[in-house]
Amino acid sequence: MALTGQREAGRMPGGQPLVRSPLLILSGIVKQFPGCLANDHVDLAIMPGEIHALLGENGAGKSTLVKIIYGVQQPDAGEIVWQGTSTVIGSPSMARNLGIGMVFQHFSLFEALTVAENIALGINDKKLRKDLTARIVEVSGAYGLPLDPHRAVHDLSVGERQRIEIVRCLLQKPKLLIMDEPTSVLTPQEVEKLFATLRRLAAEGCAILYISHKLDEIRALCEKATIMRLGRVVAECDPRQESAKRLAEMMIGTSLKAPVHGRQADEGAATRLSVRNLNIKSDQQFGTDLKGISFEVKAGEILGIGGIAGNGQNELMAALSGETLAEEPGTISLDGVAVGKLGPDGRRASGGCFVPEERNGHGAVRDMTLAENALLSGYRRRGLVQIGVIDDSRTTTFAGEVIRGFDVRTTGPKAEARSLSGGNLQKFIVGREILQKPALLVVAQPTWGVDAGAASAIHQALLDLAAQGAAIVIISQDLDEIMSIADRIAVIAGGRLSPAMPVASATVEEIGRLMGGIPITAGAEASDAA
Amino acid sequence: MDSAVFVSVILSVISAATPLLLAATGELVAEKSGVLNLGVEGMMLVGAVVGFAVTLTTGSAFLGIVAAAFGGALMALIFSVLTLTLLANQVATGLALTIFGIGLAAMMGASFVGQPVDKLPSLYLPLLTDLPIVGRILFGQDGLVYFSFVALGGTIWFLFHSHAGLVLRAVGDSHDAAHAIGYPVIAIRYGAALFGGAMSGLGGAYLSLSYTPMWAEDMTAGRGWIALALVVFATWRPLRLLLGAYLFGGITILQFHVQTMGLGIPAQFVSMLPYLATIVVLVVISTDRSKIRLNAPACLGRAFHVTG
Repeated sequence: MALTGQREAGRMPGGQPLVRSPLLILSGIVKQFPGCLANDHVDLAIMPGEIHALLGENGAGKSTLVKIIYGVQQPDAGEIVWQGTSTVIGSPSMARNLGIGMVFQHFSLFEALTVAENIALGINDKKLRKDLTARIVEVSGAYGLPLDPHRAVHDLSVGERQRIEIVRCLLQKPKLLIMDEPTSVLTPQEVEKLFATLRRLAAEGCAILYISHKLDEIRALCEKATIMRLGRVVAECDPRQESAKRLAEMMIGTSLKAPVHGRQADEGAATRLSVRNLNIKSDQQFGTDLKGISFEVKAGEILGIGGIAGNGQNELMAALSGETLAEEPGTISLDGVAVGKLGPDGRRASGGCFVPEERNGHGAVRDMTLAENALLSGYRRRGLVQIGVIDDSRTTTFAGEVIRGFDVRTTGPKAEARSLSGGNLQKFIVGREILQKPALLVVAQPTWGVDAGAASAIHQALLDLAAQGAAIVIISQDLDEIMSIADRIAVIAGGRLSPAMPVASATVEEIGRLMGGIPITAGAEASDAA
Repeated sequence: MDSAVFVSVILSVISAATPLLLAATGELVAEKSGVLNLGVEGMMLVGAVVGFAVTLTTGSAFLGIVAAAFGGALMALIFSVLTLTLLANQVATGLALTIFGIGLAAMMGASFVGQPVDKLPSLYLPLLTDLPIVGRILFGQDGLVYFSFVALGGTIWFLFHSHAGLVLRAVGDSHDAAHAIGYPVIAIRYGAALFGGAMSGLGGAYLSLSYTPMWAEDMTAGRGWIALALVVFATWRPLRLLLGAYLFGGITILQFHVQTMGLGIPAQFVSMLPYLATIVVLVVISTDRSKIRLNAPACLGRAFHVTG
């Protein structure tokens, strides 16, 4: 077949063929959900070996489109042409047989199973399942994605979980790899490694469909971008030729505002949160113990805590929110009150509010309505329960305030949390805590998997809260986020926290070294205790 | 003399443990896929009466056993249509299935009450079966006893060494993730639930064809519930199921011997022992959360439906 010949030519190393046929063509894809037209006549063409960005806000229809390509959902109308042949992709396993691999945003992993078992589940080819353990070690080593095949997934960090999905795809030598928000949980060094992996794959002829909200990354990595808004393709461009601001504006359809620091760091402000020599043994089998963590946050100050996934962030979050208790009451104090021995409810009563990393099941209950979710964390500070009875009207009003104030796109307070997209649910959770007017807000990964528009809204809300005098701790693996809104940054590595330094004087190289567990010369004593 | 008593005690323990092991093995597979079927007692009773009736009318114990498995699976099919296709609550449906099974079995068995049937034939191997002590224990059992061990071994192999078993465990751990990767969650659960029903039916057939070769209303006497408890007792691990079934079987037999020996311990106390043991074991294993988490199917009893 002539087509095959052209494809082979397209893959020839170093060759620059004049004609390449697209690997995948979508034309006129329509997908209607009750109450929303998710894809409205979407056209998309992907060439072999191309790194193609798919950009769009939450709810723009990217996830639906990708699910159609991966066979999870069927289009109502339109045609899919794979390698020159009109194809119906009826199921994910059919997609995998065609050579389409996908790394999900919400990982499709089984917590009770081991890494190797999880990978085996995503592989159709029986021959590939033989000697799987050895192959996992080999492939993960070759692409710089270290994994222990025998560990159970529920003990792994988010970053490690993502590696499982990537390795699972790579083992099947895909022709098209779909990546949904792959870098949101990685360090700059990990992102660089991932990009090297992706570039190498592309050079080997694998096309990559890359979904991300991080415009700088798309500009650095992708050679083509398709931009979606409200279910339609609104633009196609070469992202290397466009500025990040221009890309964001195409995506959102309006011009973007940078977060405004409406405040001055006040040297004389009172200390609101103080943590002194916090030591905690992790209750996870492969968790990280916290060792001698000390820091202070003043009123109106934002402290960013950076670090690579799995270095004690989860344990620190649990210790600050009261899910894990400190050994001494005085280890953690909030506005001068020793709260180390208080649980989450007691700490909320003392003025703390918390946004955990995991939205589903930790930050929000998926099967409950937004009003019920608002009640769960806000009942005390917003007085939603009177003499043991839920005040329905106040609860609904509170949820409505959050929805309006934080532009949460939903049908209303009666909508189930599970019906919201990731970014919208995050806006709701952050909004729910901020509207409780906390003295201290601790947020983990505030903008993970959230689009640029929503992220800037969340950042602005955090800055506004700080301007009102709250102390804020942001635990994030997104350095750009910390650098853009925090006043000071500290880095957690191996369960130890570096001394905090002003963001203005910190360099990315310095922070990168701290993330790797190498203390910088100045202030090294604190992290050198062992 | 002593060794004869020993042999008879062991033989009675085996016959008390076998129906528990059969039913619990089936329920374990169903639960590993995320299906919580509390109808084991009802399915066992239907298996018992169907097995008895078919054996009596055809004269073939083999046909009776096959029919018992079929009857149990049919009960599980009713359960599966209600809970997996029509998304009814699994706990409520399972309880209803037990009540339904008790009534249905009593109705079907009304004309068979009091009729005798030949006990399942036991294996006889010249020389081997005649060996002192171990002969009758190892080589003198009936087919269902041997089958209960084969089924358990097969289940261990299937769940932990075959890809299909891995898929089944995955469906029980996260049906959403299994669906996203492209596994047919509902079909797999149907299969697991039907297997569970068939095994319960066999457990029932053992009671009416071997343990006490006759049919009496409500003859399972709560063994279906013990089988359910055994799955939790074993923390969803098949080998511990074997241990649990023989422990419970042993205690059941113990209560007869305590009565005859006149030790002054009330028989009621001895019959409480299995349940007390379950509670103690549950408390002990609950102290280590990660162990529970690793073995208990996270989606147990949760309805799955495809959403956008």
